[in-house]
Amino acid sequence: MTTLTDDVKDPATDDASHDGHAHDDHSHDDHHHHIPKGISRWLLTTNHKDIGTLYLWFAFIMFLVGGAMAMVIRAELFQPGLQIVEPNFFNQMTTVHGLIMVFGAVMPAFTGLANWLVPMMIGAPDMALPRMNNWSFWILPFAFLILLSSLFMEGGGPSFGWTFYAPLSTTYSGDSTALFVFSVHIMGISSIMGAINVIVTIFNMRAPGMTLMKMPMFVWTWLITAFLLIAVMPVLAGVVTMVLTDKYFGTSFFDAAGGGDPVLFQHIFWFFGHPEVYIMILPAFGIISQIVPTFSRKKLFGYASMVYATASIALLSFVVWAHHMFTTGMPVEWEKFFMFATMLISVPTGVKVFNWVATMWRGSLTFEIPMLFAIAFIVLFTIGGLSGLMLAITPVDFQYHDTYFVVAHFHYVLVTGAVFSIMAAVYYWLPKWTGRMFDITLAKWHFWCSLISVNVLFFPMHFVGLAGMPRRIPDYALQFADFNKWISVGGFAFGLSQLIFLALLVKACRKRGEPVSDQVWDGAEGLEWEIPSPAPYHTFDTPPQIK
Amino acid sequence: MKSLKCLVSTFVLLVSWFSSAQSAAERSDLNLRTGVTDISQQVYSLHMLMFWICVVIAVLVFGAMFYAMFKHRKSAGHEAANFHENIKVEIAWTVVPFVILIGMAIPAASTLDDMEDASKPDMTVLVTGSQWKWHYKYMENEVEYFSVLATQREQIENKFNKGENYLLEVDRPLVIPTGQKVRFLITSDDVIHSWWVPDFAVKKDANPGFINEAWARVNEPGIYRGQCAELCGKDHGFMPVVVIAKEPAEYAQWINEQEQIAVARKEEEQRLLAMNMSMDELMKQGQQTYNAVCAACHQPNGEGLPGVFPSLKGSALILNDQQAHIDIVVNGRAGTAMQSFSKQLTMSEIAAVVTYTRNAWNNNTGDLVQAKDVNALMQGE
Repeated sequence: MTTLTDDVKDPATDDASHDGHAHDDHSHDDHHHHIPKGISRWLLTTNHKDIGTLYLWFAFIMFLVGGAMAMVIRAELFQPGLQIVEPNFFNQMTTVHGLIMVFGAVMPAFTGLANWLVPMMIGAPDMALPRMNNWSFWILPFAFLILLSSLFMEGGGPSFGWTFYAPLSTTYSGDSTALFVFSVHIMGISSIMGAINVIVTIFNMRAPGMTLMKMPMFVWTWLITAFLLIAVMPVLAGVVTMVLTDKYFGTSFFDAAGGGDPVLFQHIFWFFGHPEVYIMILPAFGIISQIVPTFSRKKLFGYASMVYATASIALLSFVVWAHHMFTTGMPVEWEKFFMFATMLISVPTGVKVFNWVATMWRGSLTFEIPMLFAIAFIVLFTIGGLSGLMLAITPVDFQYHDTYFVVAHFHYVLVTGAVFSIMAAVYYWLPKWTGRMFDITLAKWHFWCSLISVNVLFFPMHFVGLAGMPRRIPDYALQFADFNKWISVGGFAFGLSQLIFLALLVKACRKRGEPVSDQVWDGAEGLEWEIPSPAPYHTFDTPPQIK
Repeated sequence: MKSLKCLVSTFVLLVSWFSSAQSAAERSDLNLRTGVTDISQQVYSLHMLMFWICVVIAVLVFGAMFYAMFKHRKSAGHEAANFHENIKVEIAWTVVPFVILIGMAIPAASTLDDMEDASKPDMTVLVTGSQWKWHYKYMENEVEYFSVLATQREQIENKFNKGENYLLEVDRPLVIPTGQKVRFLITSDDVIHSWWVPDFAVKKDANPGFINEAWARVNEPGIYRGQCAELCGKDHGFMPVVVIAKEPAEYAQWINEQEQIAVARKEEEQRLLAMNMSMDELMKQGQQTYNAVCAACHQPNGEGLPGVFPSLKGSALILNDQQAHIDIVVNGRAGTAMQSFSKQLTMSEIAAVVTYTRNAWNNNTGDLVQAKDVNALMQGE
């Protein structure tokens, strides 16, 4: 490894009057030493670190907004009867909660991490397409403004579930549907641009000697995720457009009266939707594969098999979509095909979990905050994976389908899976980003409160689901009352626990805390740990040599 | 290390919670019901098989991990080993799960074949979902009726105490015989619904414009309750399914009675055509019907939900056009949530509800609509 030549001077030495001319002379070598000040820094930025920060803060704000909606849902479900909201508004809350958490929180958070980390991990100075990078972030707030503002329309926002099954979302939906479709289009464009950027960066800007099979796992998993995004986001765009034309322009893609088929909607939606769930978990696998070796002080076990497992999961994700649709009335041969294909996914997923455990095996383990989140991820994601395996079995899926058992399953993989991995990642790389250690006491509080409350929140959902409580209902029969009370208490506790995280992040961004070394964590390996802490505004102007 | 101990004890707590739940596996508030058909019992066994396999996998994987966390931690002075691959182990943990999967797939596929074989039924019921009720039609008999939530609005709004079968009770349950293979043909008049009776292990989507099949052979007489399982709009949570299984002889008696009642009702309807009801009678009957059938969308005060369901109070259609008013109740309006009520309501009920909505909430048109006016419109006059 070379010594790093990039040693950026304090940007404040730049003359303020230079601001207006900054973009006239961008061919000058010294241009990049200049960090614009104030709002224009963030609006006009093409810097991968700034854009990464924007994505991460945006995702966190959306996480709180979507979480607030979950609180409304849990408040209504605290006891049987209708007490706080009307059923129509309840349905808007479940719908928009889902859309915001998927498209506004988890996906942008991963894109933010990719922005920060991919260039630093492969020794590139920035993302390959920095202006598109700016654009792909800045259209996102508008997409969510449109979606959220639809809640204030007469008749309210979308209320047909985040899966927007036709004809509930076409013939029987309100006029907010047009806004919903438009905002989903913008989210999709943003994701596709982000994915293109990741692919081009990884393929063209790796430092000399960084072969594909030397790339860190986070880079690998994001590369594969980016291909999934490019493959399926256009499918989502297609299906929302068909909803739009069915509703407003007289087509009948999903209307049997005009020769269409409502089940066609579900096939198209889940052809997007299943790869989408891997889009939300593959980068998480990457993060865990970075963190576990660091705190085990041992190389990742089975690097090559990790890469192949990720690729197999991605490929298999295209042939399992109809396991979301077993009750729609498919031929029995199809049901078998989708059941077997779905079961097969547990093989590469199992390989990943076994590899993490084998990495820890005979290591020299310590349990700093990122490792605590990583271990919680491995256990709780595996619980979600095992309930997924149960759901794959078609005959029993008929019983589980559309009950709280499914709600429990996907919250285990998405909250204690994807969201916990994002938190682990933030704790792991935050000292590198700010140059200072975060408040460890607050972090411990955050971890323990989250871990306990998230299980009180989601674990009993397995029970009420098996006992027969359908999802997406604002009121329920009396035998579900006790568990629902606990679930709501867990929900409020989990929501409040995230305010600890907010306080910690605000403190970290205000540069409080002890300065950290370049390596930050004893045992951390990789290019990002060889540059100074905090990471300078520009890194790797001269590519490092990888041996 | 303190946080490590906390972490482990939390997981131990979780596991013990899970296993204590297991010892109570028979409790219906914790686990799937075994149900009352051979199929539902097969499904239950399959579910328990899957569950225990998952528990064993979890114990092995987490056990290995927690062992490493205790024994191989730095604070205990453990030095890291240097291995990072082992082809034999990696092949083993790819192949072994694959073999376990085959072990799961075989019984699953065979149960699935049984479930999906709806051939040679003893009788058939057509189940049609619509917002937010079920309609049952006995294909071998002249019997059909709607089945609507029977829980009082006041219970839902927390004004009255909630009854034992809160939200799981209907005015007219489906009745089927025990010991016979009953085929359900399932479809919908509007959005997608899903007809679900957990005790039969039957859950099948009701797709508008298409017909799905399911079947059950119920072993024990009893009352079995389920719900609509697919989000179908505002009152998705208020669309229960109740099925009563009777001994075949009892069932035969019941279905005969129903056929006679149906004939009598038709005669009664014809008789009422010749009669005129007074304003008071119409308003009283109309309010009853309105609250039972119309108020879910248009609300008890007639004001609807702005932007979702139109207001009837001061509605131009109601105030200006009596024929159009009767027509929309009888035939519904295509492309909207307004469905046809000609099947669900009798002509005199339609007449009463139209009269009611034309005169309630200061609509005050003063118009009386009689059953014969409805009949005239239905006959195309």
